[in-house]
Amino acid sequence: MSIATRANRLTPYIFMAPAVVVLVFALLYPIGYMIYASFLDWSPSQRIGEAEFIGFRNYINLAGDAAFRESFWVTIKFAAIVVTLEMVIGVGLALLLDRNIKGMSVLRTIFILPMMIAPIVVGLMWRYMYHPTVGIFNRTLKGMGFEEGIPWLSDGTWAFAAVVIADVWQWTPFIFILSLAAMQSLPRSALEAADIDGATEMQKIWMIKLPLMMPVLIVTLLLRLIDAFKVLEVILVLTNGGPGLSTEILALRIFRTAQEFQELGEAAAMSNVLLILLMVLTIGMFIYNKLQEARAAAMRAKANATGS
Amino acid sequence: MPRIRLEGLVKRYGAVQVLHGIDLEMDENEFTVFVGPSGCGKSTTLRMIAGLESVSEGEIYIDEKPVSHLEPKARDLAMVFQDYALYPHMNVARNMSFALRLQRRPKAEIEQKIAAVAETLGLTPFLERKPAELSGGQRQRVAMGRALTRDSSTFLFDEPLSNLDAKLRGQMRAELALMSQRVKKNMIYVTHDQIEAMTLADRIVVMNGGYIQQQGTPEQLFKNPVNKFVAGFLGMPPMNFLDGELTHRDGTMFVSGNGFDVRLTQARSQSLQHVASKEVVLGIRPSDLSHDEKAPEDRSLSLGIVVSEYVGAQTVLLCDCGGQKIEVELKSETPVRAQGNMRFSINPEGIHLFDRQSEIAL
Ligand SMILES: Nc1ncnc2c1ncn2[C@@H]1O[C@H](COP(=O)(O)OP(=O)(O)O)[C@@H](O)[C@H]1O
Ligand SMILES: [Mg+2]
Repeated sequence: MSIATRANRLTPYIFMAPAVVVLVFALLYPIGYMIYASFLDWSPSQRIGEAEFIGFRNYINLAGDAAFRESFWVTIKFAAIVVTLEMVIGVGLALLLDRNIKGMSVLRTIFILPMMIAPIVVGLMWRYMYHPTVGIFNRTLKGMGFEEGIPWLSDGTWAFAAVVIADVWQWTPFIFILSLAAMQSLPRSALEAADIDGATEMQKIWMIKLPLMMPVLIVTLLLRLIDAFKVLEVILVLTNGGPGLSTEILALRIFRTAQEFQELGEAAAMSNVLLILLMVLTIGMFIYNKLQEARAAAMRAKANATGS
Repeated sequence: MPRIRLEGLVKRYGAVQVLHGIDLEMDENEFTVFVGPSGCGKSTTLRMIAGLESVSEGEIYIDEKPVSHLEPKARDLAMVFQDYALYPHMNVARNMSFALRLQRRPKAEIEQKIAAVAETLGLTPFLERKPAELSGGQRQRVAMGRALTRDSSTFLFDEPLSNLDAKLRGQMRAELALMSQRVKKNMIYVTHDQIEAMTLADRIVVMNGGYIQQQGTPEQLFKNPVNKFVAGFLGMPPMNFLDGELTHRDGTMFVSGNGFDVRLTQARSQSLQHVASKEVVLGIRPSDLSHDEKAPEDRSLSLGIVVSEYVGAQTVLLCDCGGQKIEVELKSETPVRAQGNMRFSINPEGIHLFDRQSEIAL
């Protein structure tokens, strides 16, 4: 091989090098640091080098920690419920609003506003609305004759419902715009063919639109699920995990373990558990994409092979 | 089966009017072809009949029943789309059975019907495949099959062959002609290809600019076009047009211009007595000219050969007639000079005259 060709082969790597360096330091270093820290008994007053290495003890402790298990369960429950609600409402709204009526574009813009508000602000806003005496919900209820009002943030079950509502309010628009985009790229003529074949609106939705949108919907669902596992700010501001542990999702638990209990090693171990959970989801999504691509490629190959 | 009638059909998109009052009657079991250049409103007309576009003005009658307010599914028609419009997530069998499944027909009946249609269209080996796993020609056949499995009384086709290559198009055209003889149904077929129109139609409807120019059997339209547009649109190679003037001499009429001076028949002269305008366009199809060096001068044209194109059994000569272009179609056996002039006699039946201003046939 001549020097010139060897230089040519190397060129791409030279161009990539800066990005790789940044990636290693910005991404892998903190993750490696966190994994290492999860094997330490480490408090914030120590430098990392002074911390005692304790192997898997943090992880073993976690397994026996009822509060951690509770918050793990709360996280799963929260993610499952909000994502289900958001998918149903978001896709439903998109199906309803996918038509060319005047003013629809304004309406669509209004629908996606919640997504643009900073989570902290969303938390504060909803906290005022949930206020037991001056919040809009309880005042409305009072106006309708329900003197008691609802203990929005002071009862475990209601508090969980309250954070679910706030999250659904903020993130349904995300699913709404993605499904609307998917819907508008559906083949118009196939839907017209369904009209001619005698399908009702409902039959068109179930038999044509939803199946064709499925790839986009699955990716959307996974993205939302990954995000829902990591929520923090809104719940932090709304309930700070309480009352009791009723709304203490994992991210909050990690935050408190590090901040209040000063157990950096254990917090790192928890983060790793969450990371593994998210990795499973991400890899699932990756595999799904690969399968789709492989199937499309196989289809094209088959079509080309048979000719006309 | 039904009789379909369009009455003063108008379509507007906002302020733009694209159809200007379409009146048309289509008989039972008739194969009607809408033909015209791209953008003339053929698809719009067809889609209004199908119920996919609203009617701005006028009415559509199916067996004298007004239907313009009805949903597509209430009109009892099947349609083949230009891009086939197959359901991408269903295999061929499910694509073809979609309408029947919606009607909740018995499973055995559906299966038997699909099997029969697949057999006639040669789709049996592909029933399990998705549309993406088929070639263009196969997809086209699936689209046909989907329309055929339904017992609709009327079939609508919107340029169903335009996405196929030339060879396949010819093949499918023949199959369609065969099918239209076998199944006794109304067919309304849209195309911009005049060959498809001529070969398939019982009735051709020539459209241009949102108006119907002329309708009738292929032969009527070919022999007696009502205006210059229809004359130029149908026939390949297209009709030649030469600017000229009508003159009265020796007790008969002549049409003369740069490089030609042609005597009209007695009968023709009689009927042209009262034509006001003298400025006309002489139309002659390339096939109405034949090589004859001894033809009388007032029944023939002397043309300068520019190019000769050999296309198999025929040869098309591109010639010059006093500065205007003119094409001649000859049998390839005819000896052709590479240069110089040749004399061609004109088939007296093949002389078409149009008013130069209004372009209407005289
Ligand atoms: N949705 C639409 N909005 C505005 N103009 C349209 C629309 N659909 C078709 N047109 C116009 O109507 C005319 C006829 O279109 P069409 O019926 O599709 O022609 P074609 O004869 O090629 O099938 C064209 O000039 C086209 O630009
Ligand atoms: Mg068209």
